[in-house]
Parts: sequence; C-alpha cells; structure tokens
Amino acid sequence: MSRIVLRNLVKSYPGGDRRATDEISLEVADGEFVVLVGPSGCGKTTLLRMVAGLETPDSGSVHIGDTDVTSLSARDRRVSMVFQSYAIFPHMKVRQNIGFGLMMRKVPRPEIDRRVADAAAMLDLSDYLDRFPSQLSGGQRQRVAVARAIVVDAGVLLMDEPLSNLDALLRLQFRAELKRIVHQIGTTTLYVTHDQAEAMSLGDRVAVMRDGRVAQIGGPLEVYDSPADRFVGSFLGAPPMNFFPALVSDGPALSVGALSIPAPSSLARFAGRTVLVGVRAEKLAVSTDAADGFLPATVEVVEPTGASVLLTVRLGDHELKVQAPPTFDTRPEASVWLRADPSTMRFYDPETSLALTV
Amino acid sequence: MLEAGPIEYTLQGFVAMKTARRPLLLIAPSLVFLTALFAWPLIFGIGQAFTGTGGPTAAHFQRMLDDPYFWPAARNTALLIVVLIPLQFAFALTMALLLRERPRFSGFYFYLWVVPLAISDLAAGLVWLAVFTDRGYLNSVLSSLGFDGYSFLSHENPASMFIAVVIAELWRATSLVLVIIVAGLQGIPKDYDEAAEVFGASYWQRLRHVILPQLRPSLQVALILRTILALETFAVAQALTGRNMPLLVGETYQWYDFLQNPSVAAAIALMILTVSLLAAAGYLRLMRDQTGSPR
Amino acid sequence: MRRFALQVFCVAISLFMAAPIYLITLAAFSSRESLNEFPLPLVPTDPSTETLSGFLSSTGVIAGGVNSLMVGLNTVVLALLIGLPAGYAVARYAFRGRQPYQLFLLLTRALPIVVLSVPLARIFLTTGLYDTTYAVTLLHTALALPTTVLITAAVFVAVSPEQEEAAQIFGASPVQAFVRIVMPQALPGIAAAAVFTFVMSWNEVLGAAILTLNQRTLPAQVLSTLSFSPLAYRFAGGFALVVPALLFIAIMRKYLLNMWGTTLK
Ligand SMILES: Nc1ncnc2c1ncn2[C@@H]1O[C@H](COP(=O)(O)OP(=O)(O)OP(=O)(O)O)[C@@H](O)[C@H]1O
Ligand SMILES: [Mg+2]
Repeated sequence: MSRIVLRNLVKSYPGGDRRATDEISLEVADGEFVVLVGPSGCGKTTLLRMVAGLETPDSGSVHIGDTDVTSLSARDRRVSMVFQSYAIFPHMKVRQNIGFGLMMRKVPRPEIDRRVADAAAMLDLSDYLDRFPSQLSGGQRQRVAVARAIVVDAGVLLMDEPLSNLDALLRLQFRAELKRIVHQIGTTTLYVTHDQAEAMSLGDRVAVMRDGRVAQIGGPLEVYDSPADRFVGSFLGAPPMNFFPALVSDGPALSVGALSIPAPSSLARFAGRTVLVGVRAEKLAVSTDAADGFLPATVEVVEPTGASVLLTVRLGDHELKVQAPPTFDTRPEASVWLRADPSTMRFYDPETSLALTV
Repeated sequence: MLEAGPIEYTLQGFVAMKTARRPLLLIAPSLVFLTALFAWPLIFGIGQAFTGTGGPTAAHFQRMLDDPYFWPAARNTALLIVVLIPLQFAFALTMALLLRERPRFSGFYFYLWVVPLAISDLAAGLVWLAVFTDRGYLNSVLSSLGFDGYSFLSHENPASMFIAVVIAELWRATSLVLVIIVAGLQGIPKDYDEAAEVFGASYWQRLRHVILPQLRPSLQVALILRTILALETFAVAQALTGRNMPLLVGETYQWYDFLQNPSVAAAIALMILTVSLLAAAGYLRLMRDQTGSPR
Repeated sequence: MRRFALQVFCVAISLFMAAPIYLITLAAFSSRESLNEFPLPLVPTDPSTETLSGFLSSTGVIAGGVNSLMVGLNTVVLALLIGLPAGYAVARYAFRGRQPYQLFLLLTRALPIVVLSVPLARIFLTTGLYDTTYAVTLLHTALALPTTVLITAAVFVAVSPEQEEAAQIFGASPVQAFVRIVMPQALPGIAAAAVFTFVMSWNEVLGAAILTLNQRTLPAQVLSTLSFSPLAYRFAGGFALVVPALLFIAIMRKYLLNMWGTTLK
C-alpha cells in the first residue's frame, strides 16, 4: 500500500530568489505511474529529491503509504531511485551494483544471488554481471541503474530522467522496455523527464510543471487534448498546439479576420468577446481546393517527416503548424484551405491563458 | 489542508540545522589545530622577539643587525633567489618542452627528473658535497684530465662556493617547477597550438604567442611558491660550506642552537616571515586576479 | 634529425640529474680507505659496506631513523585524521566560510617553518612536549595539513555526490555510504596524500632540529653532527636520506601531476 501523498511542498535553495517548488500538492495512487514533465529548472528534480528524502522541504509534508515520512532520512523511506547520471558505483562489478540495496538490507546471500540474476535477465544484463561499469556501454550502464532500482522491493520507485543520456534510437527501445518492466512489477512510480513524448508514452497520468508548480495533471490524452492553459498546450506535443485569437460572434461563430467559421454552441455565452483558439496540428483538415467553412492560408515551409508532411502556414497574421497526409502535394507560396472541427477546438482566456470551460 | 503541526516543524528545522552545521563540524578540528600551531606560536614569537628582561625592547633586533654574519646572510639569501630562480625557470621550461615533444622513454625521463622532488635540501647538500669537496669527484675528474684541483668550497673562493650552492639547488628544486609546468601544459588544449601551426607559426612563435601566455597562471604560482621556499633554503649551504656561506634561516638555527639565544632567532624569523608574507600577498593577489579574469 | 637532437638533450639532462645520485651511491659503498684516495675512482673498484655500517653504528643514527619513521607515520595518521573530514567538507558542502577557510589554508602554507619552530620550542618546553617525537609530529602535521586538506578535497570531488545519495537511498547510513562507496574510490588519492605527507616529514630538518635535543630525527641528527663528522659519515648520511626519495617518487609518479595540478588552483 504505497501511495504517495505530497502536501504543499515548498522548497527554496539558499541564494535562490524564487521557490524551486511552490506549494506542490500531488497524489500518486498505489501502483500508479505518474510522469513529471516540464521545462528545465521547473523543479522536477527538487520534487523527486524531496520524495526520496535527499532534500528537506521548507514546509509541507510527504506521506508514503500511511506514514508521514517528511522527517525520515532517505534510507528509512524504503524508496528506490534511478539517478539521472546513473550513479552506479564504478568500483563494484555489475553484480554487486545490482545487489547493493539487498546487501544493505541484509538479505541472505542465496536470495540476493537469485534476485540479482532475475533482474539481470529482465534487463538483458546476464552476460555482463562480472564486468565493471567502465567496461559497459552507456545503454548497459543505464540498465544496471534500473536493475539496481527494481531489484529491491521498495514501495516507491523514483526515476530522474533515466533515459536522458541515451541516443534517440536506444531511448525509444528502452522506453518500451521500461514500460513493460514497471508494469510487470507494479510499483508506484514517479518519473521525471523533460521529454514530452516520453511523458505521454509512459505515464498513467502526466503532471506538467512550470515554475515550481503543477500546471496540469491528468491522463496523457487528457492533457494532450485539453490543455489546462496555453503553456501546457505549447509544451506538450510536437509540434506544439496552435493558438490564435478570434472574436466570438452571434450564432455562435468565430471571426478570424474577415472570415467566419462555425463554433461549438456552448461558446454562445462568450459572444462579443475575443478568445484564444487552440487547435492541434493534426486536427486541422487541409485541402488544396476552396470549400465552404474553410479558411484560406499561405504555405510558408514544407517539411516532410515521412509519416506526414508538416506545413507552416500563414493565416492572416498568425503562423500555424499543420500536419498533412504524406501524399499532400504543395510547395511554399501555394494557397491551401484549412478547417477545424468545432469539437477539436479549445478556448482560452487571452488575458490569463487559462482554459475556458465551454 | 496543511496537517504539519508545530512538532513537525521543529523537527524539520532541527534536521536542516544539523546539515548546515555538519561542514563546520568537519573543518573544526583542522581549524583548531592550525590555529594552535600557527597563530599561537606566531604571536608568541612576536613576543619573544620584542621582549627583553626589562619589558619591551628592540635590543634583539639591534643584536641581530650588529652580528657580522647578518648582512652577508641577507645578501646571500637575496642573491641566491635572484640568481637561482630565473635559472630554475629556464631549466624547468626546457625540460617540460622537451617532454612535450614526447621523446622515446619520456616516462623514464620524467621519473628521473622529478626524483629530487622527494630529496631534502640537507641530502642534496651532502650529495653535492661528494662532488665539490676538495678531494671529491669533480677534482678527481679534473686531475685525471691533467688540471689542477680547485677548492670550490673554501671561503677564499666565494664565487665558486656560491655557484656550487646554486647548482645543488638547481638540481634539487627545479623538479617542483617542472611538475607545476607539466601539469599546466597538460591543461592547455592542443587545438590552439595546432591551429597556430596550421596558420604557419614557427615553433618559437607558437611558444611565444600561444604556449607561454596560456602557461602564465602556472608560472606565476610556481614563481611565488619557489620564492617562498627559496627563502627557507639553508641546509644545502650548511652541508656544502658550513657557515662559510651564511643564509638567513641558517643564522636562525645558529642563534638558536649554538648561541642559545631564541630571542634573536625569533627576530630573524620574523624578518623572514615579513618577506614571505609579502610574497604570499602577491600569491593571493594573483589567485584573485585569475579567478576574476575571464578565461 | 630532430628526434635525435631531442634525445641528446634529454640524455644530457638525465645525466645531470642522475650523476650525483650515482656518485653518492658510489661513495657510500666505498671503503673508508678508498675514499681517502685521490683521484677517486669513478667506477666501483672495491665495493664495501664499511662506510655505511660505520654510519649506521654511529650514535643516534639508528635511533634517529626510528624516530623519523615514527614521526613520519604519526604525522600521516594525524594529518589524515584531521585533514580528511575537512577535505570532505570542502568538497561536498557549499557552506559559509568556505572561501575564507581555503584562503586560510593557502596562507598557512606560506609561513616559513622557522617562524613556527622557535616559539614552538618555547611553548613545548613549558608544556613538557619539548624533545619528544610528539613535538615534531605536531609541527609536521601542521605543515602537512593544508596540503592534505586540498588534496583530499580534490579526491572527494572526483566521487559524485549522487553515488553517496544512491547508497543512502538503497539503505546505507551516511557512514556506511562513505566507507563503502566513497572510501574505496578515494583510496589511491588518499594514499598519495599520505606518501606526500610522509616525504615532507622525512625531509624536514630545521623544525625537527630545533624542537628536539636527544630525540632527533635522522636528518636532524645528521645536521647537528655535520660540522664535526668525517666525510665518509656525511656521504653515507646523504645516501641514506636519498634512498627513500627514489622509492617515494616511484610510488607517487602517477599522482604528481594531479596533485600539483589541483592543489594549486
Ligand atoms: N543545489 C541547488 N542550489 C541552488 N539552487 C538550486 C539547486 N538545485 C536546483 N536549484 C534551482 O532550483 C530550481 C529547480 O531546479 P530542479 O533541479 O528541480 O529543476 P529541474 O526541473 O529538475 O530541471 P532540469 O530539467 O534541468 O533537470 C532551478 O531554478 C535551479 O536553479
Ligand atoms: Mg533535473
């Protein structure tokens, strides 16, 4: 029973002018996989280290299971962690590295051997058990760090950008691997990354952080589809969500410059106000021919990515990213017509950038 | 919402305080020890040098100055520093640049050239005594070549005596400069040098415009360190010449050990300290300049 | 051609560095009689341990050697005991006073030994430590301590703090984490610091000569009997003092550059 409950965690570093984490409250259910994602310096590592007991919060509390662990030292919290820099011990062989946690907890020797062998098998490390870390590749070291973390039966598994040092291909492979393993052992997991694709692919829920606060937390599709504010929309997804202002007119309809497009009926109560429209690149339908309800735009950049063609188009004063099918034939300067289904549009207050409930 | 009670807060405060105090606890023993063995004797020594039987006095300094050995000792010490240090730097730089060319056996050469690093100045003096003494190896070689012997270490030949001390010190203490310069050279990326070479700079041009400027911090550090250490030279001269070539620190030892006058010894020591501190101030200033300047 | 010139220079310098060591060895292994010959032979003609054994059996030499060893070892232990924690603090914590502390260390390195020795002799006289190996040990520890702190700090910096944190996460106490994770990795560097300290203590003459009367260390013993001892004794003494240097440098070779590279920055 190892859920994590964080309440109002505040931490500022000496000399830092603002809080590294600012009243963060978060709950991770037992067995859940929550990903913390956010730009560099937003406080992800700090939060993780407070859960681990490597950093003492200025105020607030950390509960693991049903116990308040705020004032417990790291070793008494029974958490397990994968460090961003691996932090595997260079003077120990892979075998001792993986078994370190078990040895510290005085697990009997035969059991250590068995569990180390199991973990090594799970991570394809069986052939390397008697090597020193310096004799391993980066990816193998990374796997040693993960093996060391999963072999102990901790209630909570913490991972700080465990894939950040891998090359793109290895990272993709290992991501799936990691998902399978964590699912298999079913530990409550808090996972830090600044890679939004990783966050989406791994998390049961994703917490997007900004400036020491959680901007939004929810299922990956939920945060992707309905960002709680403009920041989340632009941070998650590649390309980021498109935003452009539009005037809500009676009907209701949306006026973009001189053109008008249909709007969801629930927007009627904002009639007469300007809102910020957010729409994902792949939700924009694009056509080379003019049609009813389509907005004319000019192509500026064409980037084939293989699975699709990414267009940068100009709509009035605004630049939008559009994901077109790979066969879509166009070139810079050409005219295209865009359309967005009203149900895929999200609306934001232009002042506060917060989502409007429609 | 916030369940943290006052007890929890004090506990957290306690943990925070404990970690803040930990480094201070760790350095405390060394602070206490160094203060006891540096600051205390220093103050005590100033007292010794300035107090006589009847209260404060400058008599010890007067005695120090009146001693016929004092001025020769001061002159010798200064002369030694002025002559020795440039020679040492030229020698060390030559050795370092030779090693930089990665000759065969460079590992062996480096080992041989730094061996004196672990040899005391007393031992170095005794080693060179075997060479320079009247019936020593140098005169043996000279005589078998048909030359007359020469009393290198006699007080009648102050020049050769001085040269013998310089050679012994050159042999013994250049290795320190060498090690600092080699370490400094390793810190210089080869790119610059190679870039200069690509642009057609000759070896001397590269040395003058690329290598030496980048080596400057190391050279400065070595310079100050060697100056301070050169001030403390005495056993080499003692072993080679007895008191024929007095040096300041040797005089301290004389006053203390043979003349049984710790007060005058303390007075000379304070003199040396003053000069050393001036050098050290230069040292610290350099350090600051270096950290302050963008590099 | 260039390579050849390079070798010529290197060999010439090597001869200058090695010749004195060869000659003192030669002298130390010559008989008293052959040392009185002139000209002295440049190759061993009649190797003999007479000179060396004469030196070793002189009063105070063996005792001095033992004292030197004791002082050296005690200095190493004491300097590490006090210096290691400080080096760790400097390496691991950003605490107020860290900068001044490091300046203080640098400053103490600039103090000439003689300045301390004379007043210390007086202080030790009143505390009853005068003329003991402890007195010399204390002085040598003070001299070695700044370097010990700086070297060990550099050694600890090389072990990432995350490794220690990882150990604690996996159940190690702070002390266990230090002993199991940091120490094994720091050991070679610490050994280098120890050897460095020992060499410094073994070579230090002036302070040892001033702080003792009967409990002389070997160099102090040689120094104080210098003016009235025969040449053979001095040659043997020189040889005895040089031999450890050859060993020390052989052990330390790997660390020399690191040490001077890091401690001076
Ligand atoms: N030891 C420290 N001392 C002072 N400030 C710190 C320290 N560690 C982090 N900070 C500051 O706290 C803020 C949050 O840092 P944190 O390491 O948690 O960011 P992060 O989200 O993990 O970033 P990244 O993605 O780059 O790892 C940053 O502004 C950082 O500068
Ligand atoms: Mg981080």
